[in-house]
Parts: sequence; structure tokens; C-alpha cells
Amino acid sequence: MDERQLRELLEDVRTGGLSRRTFVTTMIGLGLTAPLAARMLTAAGVADAQPRGDPFAPTRRGGGGQLKVLWWQAPTLLNPHFANGTKDEDASRIFYEPLAGFDPDGNVVPILAAEVPTVQNGGLAKDLTWVRWRLKKGVTWHDGRPFTADDVVFNWEYVADPDTAAWTSGSYREISRIDKLDSHTVKVSFNAPQPFWSDAFCGNRGMIIPRHVFGPYKGAKSREAPANLKPVGTGPYRFVDFKPGDVVRAELDPAYHVPNRPFFDALEMKGGGDAASAARAALQTGEYDYAWNMQVEDDILRRLEQAGKGRVNIWATGNPEHIQCNSTDPWKEVDGERSSIKTTHALLSDPAVRQALNLLVDRAAVQEQIYGRQGQTTANFLNAPSRFSSRATRWEFSLERANQILDAAGWRRAADGVRVKDGKRLTMVYQTSINAPRQKTQQIVKQAAAKAGIDLELKSVVASVFFSSDPANADTYPHFYADLQMYNTTMTAPDPQYFMNQFTSWEIASKANKWQGRNITRWRNEEYDRAYRAADSELDPVKRAALFVKMNDLVIQNVVVIPVLWRNGVSASSVRLKGMDLSGWDSTFWRLAFWHKTS
Amino acid sequence: MTARAVEKLPVALAAPRALLWREAVRRFRRHRLAMIGATVLLVLVGAVVAGPLAWRLPVNEIDFTQKLKGPTWGHPLGTDDLGQDLLARVLYGGRISLAVGVAAMLIAISIGTAIGAASGYVGGAVDHTLMRITDLFLSLPQLPLLLLIVYLFRDALRKALGPEGGVFVLVVAVIGGLRWMPVARLVRAQFLSLREKEFVEAARSLGAPPLRQVVRHILPNSMGPVIVAGSLDVAAAIIAESTLSFLGLGFPPDIPTWGRLLFDAKDNLDFAPHWAIFPGTAIFLTVLSINYIGDGLRDALDPRRVLSR
Repeated sequence: MDERQLRELLEDVRTGGLSRRTFVTTMIGLGLTAPLAARMLTAAGVADAQPRGDPFAPTRRGGGGQLKVLWWQAPTLLNPHFANGTKDEDASRIFYEPLAGFDPDGNVVPILAAEVPTVQNGGLAKDLTWVRWRLKKGVTWHDGRPFTADDVVFNWEYVADPDTAAWTSGSYREISRIDKLDSHTVKVSFNAPQPFWSDAFCGNRGMIIPRHVFGPYKGAKSREAPANLKPVGTGPYRFVDFKPGDVVRAELDPAYHVPNRPFFDALEMKGGGDAASAARAALQTGEYDYAWNMQVEDDILRRLEQAGKGRVNIWATGNPEHIQCNSTDPWKEVDGERSSIKTTHALLSDPAVRQALNLLVDRAAVQEQIYGRQGQTTANFLNAPSRFSSRATRWEFSLERANQILDAAGWRRAADGVRVKDGKRLTMVYQTSINAPRQKTQQIVKQAAAKAGIDLELKSVVASVFFSSDPANADTYPHFYADLQMYNTTMTAPDPQYFMNQFTSWEIASKANKWQGRNITRWRNEEYDRAYRAADSELDPVKRAALFVKMNDLVIQNVVVIPVLWRNGVSASSVRLKGMDLSGWDSTFWRLAFWHKTS
Repeated sequence: MTARAVEKLPVALAAPRALLWREAVRRFRRHRLAMIGATVLLVLVGAVVAGPLAWRLPVNEIDFTQKLKGPTWGHPLGTDDLGQDLLARVLYGGRISLAVGVAAMLIAISIGTAIGAASGYVGGAVDHTLMRITDLFLSLPQLPLLLLIVYLFRDALRKALGPEGGVFVLVVAVIGGLRWMPVARLVRAQFLSLREKEFVEAARSLGAPPLRQVVRHILPNSMGPVIVAGSLDVAAAIIAESTLSFLGLGFPPDIPTWGRLLFDAKDNLDFAPHWAIFPGTAIFLTVLSINYIGDGLRDALDPRRVLSR
């Protein structure tokens, strides 16, 4: 993009043809930082961003009819603390709310809190060892009981109890105590300084459940609570009906705590099907108002959009689609498990092989031909927020250099074109989940690898198996019983601490931890571990960002993973549906109360 | 019936075996649809066997400049969305799909006929046991069973026979092994009625041992329904293979079996119909021609059937 085009864009923003947000996103896409983009706008005479607001200002609740949304994976339970998949988190978010959510830029936005705690307003300790939350007054649960500080304290006790076995417990682990200062104020104290103090009680992992309903079901009886399937929350819609694995129905809560919201009288969340038919239902036939997670080739989405009924929503996330190299031997069984850390990989332990593979992934072709608007090429594993993304790395697609590296490392071509060294053939199994864009990426990589004398055998596993946490199933991604595998890791919070623990040595997935460990590649590196620990307690945000950049660079330079694309969030919705303000750091429904339809 | 049997008896006795076969061939050739079916099937088999030798474009050459092109001289069946030549893929995939279909059908028919024959001929406790086993197999939920078998044996077979060979054996065994039950029931029913027929009684009274009664006398007369069931099984096996591939349990995703091609094409049906039409037509023609051949064979092999002129 040259200067003239930039000026035209700025003019568009000034005259209102282009939103400020779109401009900033575009600039970030070009490699500029958000503050720089903001300065460009100010210089061009565009006013600063206004506090988040919506031009639509209804004068009464309801009147919007039914909102029909489609999730092609169906929710199975409605307790946010047991929600182990996006589908369950999103379904729970219809009924439950956290103290605060995360907007598309990763900022904390109060929901059940009255204000965002800051050092200035006395809500946050300078050394980040405690945070004081003031709660919004006048909020009631769907059964009419008031929401108070007791509920917040109860959520911590509920989650922290190991017998409850809550999926969200990681976000509450660092809390040492919670004091109720008055009926609507709590002080949360941490064991150590918490740079990411808004982990607990915020976003997807922070939804608050009522004490008076779940009180008797804390601990071992947690799974027996009837409210796990019949939620009582504070959200804009209250419970009507739930068929696990099929449909969730809700209706407007007449006592919702935001005036004149929500807009719709009822909500139906239907589950099931596949991404392509979901895209059709929202874009082509208009049967549904919103369809989640469009993992469909961009060409198909564009054609469906031409029907004019729907549009594709795209927003930034921190999720990298990447290929992992197994550090251990997936074909040798040791103590009842393969890919055991007692082994090393016969082929991938050679850095030349990993470097060659890194050169054989044609990211540009994958991006242009398959994902289109849905992602951008990247050399980094950690891409967002932008202050954490490394500028030192770069990627390249070069058959020639890959061949040179392999030749230099002593891998000779055998008669069938596949390279051999010391009696080892360069042939590997490359697995991923079943999903058309991924199978195409596999083929693109396989073809390039074949030209460099690496024979890749493709394997695809149905998504519900691949992404399950079933310790008995050898085809799940944490087992990693293959040489290479590809998927998209979700970055759940705008802070990378939790995200980056997937390369620490203590997180290695193994039989001992029932493959719940987050380090799937089984890579171990002391320098990385040290940097991670340092970041965990570093209070200076600049130094901390530098540590994360270093961690990313270690992973990339050692080719532990090969990033393919920095994926965007993609969904489909009716052209009339507005106010969603989709964020990569929070649930689809984080602004559900503000969703509305234009006529 | 008695009169006709008696009337035919001297002819059958006098006629050497070759004459009976010539008669069957003559009857088959008079069945016009069967002849068309046989021709089409021969062309298809010839094409997938010899085609890749003549059509030298690789099956997996990715060329984005050519993506989703309709039929042209360079790509007579067009290309898919990675720009891969569909003719090459259809030909290559046909080898696998046809081999899977035929092999699975042979397995299903062999098992089904053996069990049905034993059950129908011996009767009594054996019949009871075998039929309960058949019921058991019929009541098994197929998909979970498939998953289980694949998980248990995939890696072992893959090691022994390579990725494609191992999956081929597995898919054929699984599909064949789960489709023999209808054949067994059909054969049993035929045997129950045929073993009481006069010509079998005659053979028995002439001292034919049970095996000879079954193989020479009853089985040939009960083949009609079996052949029809078998021809349907070929089609079902081709479809079942694509189901398995769809679930990620069949062939690797880059091996273009006909089922896989259809599956890949389905999302693009509205703007690149050629992608689905050609493999779809191939499956359709194969199934239809095998069905007609089955029809013709039944008529030709059934000596009691009078052909209309």
C-alpha cells in the first residue's frame, strides 16, 4: 500500500465511509502498531475513539422477535466452570456473565463490575498483589435474588475446591484469599504479583454462578447440580429449555440490569451439522441470524455472500494455525505410552530436517488459495496483542534451500526419490483434524515435501475425536502419536502467560497426567523455562513483553512448531444483525445484550 | 413340475457340461441390458486399468492457476480447487474404488453363502446357532464396531502392508465382514425350499454325498438372489468406503477414491458441478451396470426360467 492509497483510506475514515476500527485493523495487518495507526488518524483530523457505544439506542426492552443462532458443534452442558469447549462456554454465556469482558483490543470492559479497577481509582495494588472489584448494584439473578459479593466469593471457593474438578481452576489458582469488604465490594489477594490480574472473574473463565443455587453442590457433588443443565444467571436471556447436544432456548429477562436491553424476545441456539452447511444457513438461505466458526474455504464463503442475505464477520484473534514437530518417538512404546519423553525422534531430532520442513510450507499459497480473509501468513507463534509479537523472525518458502540443507546434512536421495541417511528413510506421518481447509493445506505441504525428498503420509482424524480429552483414545492431539500434526491453538486471553505455557517442560503431556499437559510437542528447553518463569513475576510491561518475544523466538528458531497462519475469527451473520462487536479474547456472546437487528 | 423335470432329465443327462455353459452364455447375450451393462463395466475397468498408462498427468500436481476449471482439452474432466487434474484422479481412484467394491462383495458373498448353505442344509441346532449369530451381527451397531476394529488393527496392518495396502485389507475386511448377513438369510431360505425338491431327492437317492448335493445341485439353483445381492453389495461397498474415508478411517485424505472425490466436491456443487458429476457418474454407471449384469446372470443361470422372445 503506498502513500496515496493510505491518504485515500484516511479520507474514507474522515468522511465516515470506513470505520475507525477497520482502519486500525488494516494498519496492524500491514505491520504497524495500533498506537501508530491512532496517531495517523489524529494527524488526519479524525477524532479519537469514543468510549464503546452503539448508535442504536432502544427506548424499551424486547420487540425484536426471535434470534436464531447456529453452532455446528452442539453444547452439552450449561455450567461455565465445566465448559471444556467453545460451544459450552458460548452457550453458558447466554445465561451467565463475568465481572468484566474483553473487547476486541483486549481491554477490560465492566459487565457485572461497576468499574474497571485501576491503580488510579484504588482498585489495583501498585505491586499487582491484589485487586478490588466494586460490583454493579441492582443486579438480580433470574430467580429474583440479588447478586452480591457473596456470590463472587462463592465462585472462588467452588472452583478452588479440587473435588469440584472445575475446568476453569487454572485461572483461580493464584488467588490466596478473597475478602468481602461490603455487600458489593470484594478484594482479591494473590500469592504473588499478577501481571494478568484480570484472569479470574473475567471473560470466558470468569462467569459467575449463584451461591444460593450451587451452594449445596460444591465439591464432589458438583456434577449432580440440576442447575448444570437449567442455569440461573444474570444474563440478558433466561432459561427456557435445553436439549443437550441439540438446542438451547432462552427468553428475554425482563429484569436485566442494562436498561432497555436486550432487543430480542427469545433466543434459540441450535447445535449440530457442519461448517459448510452452517455457512449456507446464515449466508444463502437466511434461515439463521448467526452461524459460528466458519471453517470453510474463503472462496466458498465469498460465493455464498453474493446471495446478499448474509455477511462474513472477521475479527482479530491470537490463534496460530501451526504444524508441530514431535520431539519424541511416536512409534516406540515405553511404559505403556508412545511419544514418551524417554525417547527422541529418529528424524526430527536432526535440526536440518526441521529447518527443511520450515522452508517447505508454502504459507502464501495456503493463505491466498484457501484461507483468504480468514488469516494472514506469519513466522511467529505468538502474534497478538501486537506488543508481544516478534519482529526478528521471518519465513520463507524455498525448495532450493530445503534441498541444500538436507544435502549438506548428509541426507541422500534413494532410487524412489526419498532421502535416506544411516538407513533411516525420511518418511513421516502428518496428521490433523478433518476439515476441508486443513486437508488442502496437508496436500500443499506434502507436495512440496515430496520435491525435497521427504515423504509425508497424510492422516486425518474426525474433529470430535482429535480435539477430545479422552485419555483412552490414541488419536487425540495431546497423544500426538504422529510425527507432525497441525491445528489451531486458541489464545483464550489477551495476556500470553497461559498461552505460552505450552512449551514449558512441566506441562508435557504424558500418560502420567492423562495427556492433560499442555506441552504437546514434548520440547524441553531450560532457557525457555527460565524466560517463562521470569515473565510470570515481571511487573514492568516492557520487560515482560520482551520475555515473551524471546520465548516465541526460541520456539521458532528451534523449529519446534512451524506457524502457518495467524487465523482470524470468522463467523457468518444476517446483514441485518448488528451490535455484536466480536472479540478474539472473549466469547462470541460477550455483548449479547447489545445484539440487535435493523429492519 | 414333475412332467417338466422328467422331460428335461434326458437332455441334461445327455448334454455335456460345455453345452450347458454355452446355453448360459447364449441366454446372457440375449439379455440386452445385461450386455450393455457388461460393455460399460468393461470400458470402466479397462479405463482405470489402462487409463493411467495413457493419461500421464500426475494425480497430485497442484497448480493454483488452473483451479476449478471446467472441462478443457488440457483437463478433459476439469480440475479441482487445488488445480489437480480430475481425469487422472478419477482414473486412479477408480482402481481403488472398484477393487474395494469387488473384493468386499466377494468376501460378503463367500461368508454369506457358506453360512446360509450350512444353516439351510443341515437345519436343526446348527441352523438355530448360525441364524442367531446372523441376528447378532445384524443387530451390531456398525459404526462403533468399525471404529473399534480400525483402532485395534490399523497400526498393525499398516506396519505389515504399508499405508495403502493395510487400509485396503482393513476396509475390505470390515465392509465385507459386516455385509454378509442378508446373503446368508437369502441363501438359507433358498436352501430350505430347494432341499425338499424332487431333483435333490433324486440326487440323494442316487447316493450323492451331502457336499455334492449342495455344490452341484442346490447351490447353482440358489445363485439368482445371491448374484443380485452381491451386485448391490459392490455399490454399497464403494459408498461405505467413502463413508470410512469421510470419518478419517479409510484411505489417507490425499488418495482420490471416488467417494473421497465426491466428498471433497460437495461444498462446491453449485459452482463447480463438474467436480462431483464425473466421479458421481462413474459410481452410478458402475453400480447400474453391475446390477444389470446381475439380472442377466440370474436369468442365464436359472435353467427353469423361460426367456420371453
